[in-house]
Amino acid sequence: MDYLSKYDLLGAFWVTVQLTVLSAVGSLVWGTLLAAMRVSPVPLMRGFGTAYVNLVRNIPLTVIITFSAVGLSSTLGVVLADKNEHGFFEVNNFRLAVLGFTLYTATFVCEAIRSGINTVPVGQAEAARALGLGFGQTLRIVVLPQALRSVVAPLANVLIALTKNTTVASVIGVAEASLLMAEMVEKQADLLPISALFALGFVVLTLPTGLVLGWIGRKVAVKR
Amino acid sequence: MSTQSVLYDAPGPKAKARNVVYTIVFGLALLAVAWFVYRGLDAKGQFAAAMWTPFLDADVWENFILPGLELTLLAAALSIVIALPFGAVLGIGRLSEHRWVRVPVAVVVEFFRAIPVLILMIFANQYYADYTDIGSDNRGLYAVVTGLVLYNASVLAEVVRAGILSLPKGQSEAAYALGLRKTQIMVSVLLPQAVKVMLPAILSQLVVILKDTALGGAAVAAADLLRSGTLISGNYNNAVPTYIVIGAIYVVINLLLTWAASLLQKRWSRGSRSTPQVTVTAAVGTATAA
Repeated sequence: MDYLSKYDLLGAFWVTVQLTVLSAVGSLVWGTLLAAMRVSPVPLMRGFGTAYVNLVRNIPLTVIITFSAVGLSSTLGVVLADKNEHGFFEVNNFRLAVLGFTLYTATFVCEAIRSGINTVPVGQAEAARALGLGFGQTLRIVVLPQALRSVVAPLANVLIALTKNTTVASVIGVAEASLLMAEMVEKQADLLPISALFALGFVVLTLPTGLVLGWIGRKVAVKR
Repeated sequence: MSTQSVLYDAPGPKAKARNVVYTIVFGLALLAVAWFVYRGLDAKGQFAAAMWTPFLDADVWENFILPGLELTLLAAALSIVIALPFGAVLGIGRLSEHRWVRVPVAVVVEFFRAIPVLILMIFANQYYADYTDIGSDNRGLYAVVTGLVLYNASVLAEVVRAGILSLPKGQSEAAYALGLRKTQIMVSVLLPQAVKVMLPAILSQLVVILKDTALGGAAVAAADLLRSGTLISGNYNNAVPTYIVIGAIYVVINLLLTWAASLLQKRWSRGSRSTPQVTVTAAVGTATAA
């Protein structure tokens, strides 16, 4: 396996990590907003939240990612990078992929947070309202902090799924781990060792995430 | 109502007025976005009749969409049918009293759950190309099904395990008291009851599988629904309408499956005194690869 030095394995997995982290931050923000909409007193917001989640969650991620490149960018001319910049396609497709992952993963973040809101005892919200707090205050100061602490483990699962999902970016040519793997298994004869190497890479990425976040989740969960 | 209404009081006159204001502001924002999207699409001529008429053409459906849909459904059906028995065996194996069964099974299950399905598909595709004489026409389908089976057997193993563990302890204790053997208890007492608990979770996993089949069309050249879409948009140069139609087909099928799952759950939880519910985090988290 002396050809290994010809390929930039660490670089490919670094792109995977970048995709994961950026999309995770984006989907956490957008997902929390969606969850707030879904429990809000304004019917139109609730309706929008529900419709968005049920629609986007049921579209295959591959379709979303392909569309972002073929439809959004090539056909409709939405570009997320400077056209004259060197390596425009790489940067543009990377950002499109992050956009697609964020829009998709946010639906699962939203559902996780919403289930967390359901675990907060009714008395908490009632007490908050008895103190005269409004919806925004109740949600922000009393309910969400407790809800978020109880959804660390489910969110860890979403994060792990996202890490694995970033491989889908390879279908629009983002140079992450699975694209490199496809290239390597095609050109080199050692199918099994190469596959094992990439599998191991993902185990190394996902296993600690689950263990560490699971531990944190147990630590911060509100004991009831 | 549930917790939702607990977060806020029944609106008084002031809150009602405020909610109306919020509704109008949010509605205007939505309309602005919709207008922006409409203008963008219109500027690129996406509403031209020529973009959409291919979908009124029977040939397009006959030659592209229906065969693609058929392969997508076939791949999903094969995957779940093959993965279920493997999942059952792995799930029961993880509950074994023998450490030498339990530990290796746990390692296998956790390993395949940690790997992206796409990696498994790429591996299977190359494996079939190198070591078998499966023609390149069918290789995509084989690779998709293999990848999905490897991954979903491990996910379903967790579903089965959670289903069996959710049953009251008295069930197996009573069976032991009747003198049944371990295998008999599993086959004739625990599994039949667990299936009832598991079925909604299995149906939601089917949604995940169906979405994952789209990976095959994009990565290992399976002639599935997404691939049909690529061909149509190549032929008629109408990427946006094509993806809207293809996406809608996926959404409708998945919504039907989700609806069936919740219907089953409702019907069965009404029937018995206390049907435990399996909440398999795996099935949720694997919003997976698509």
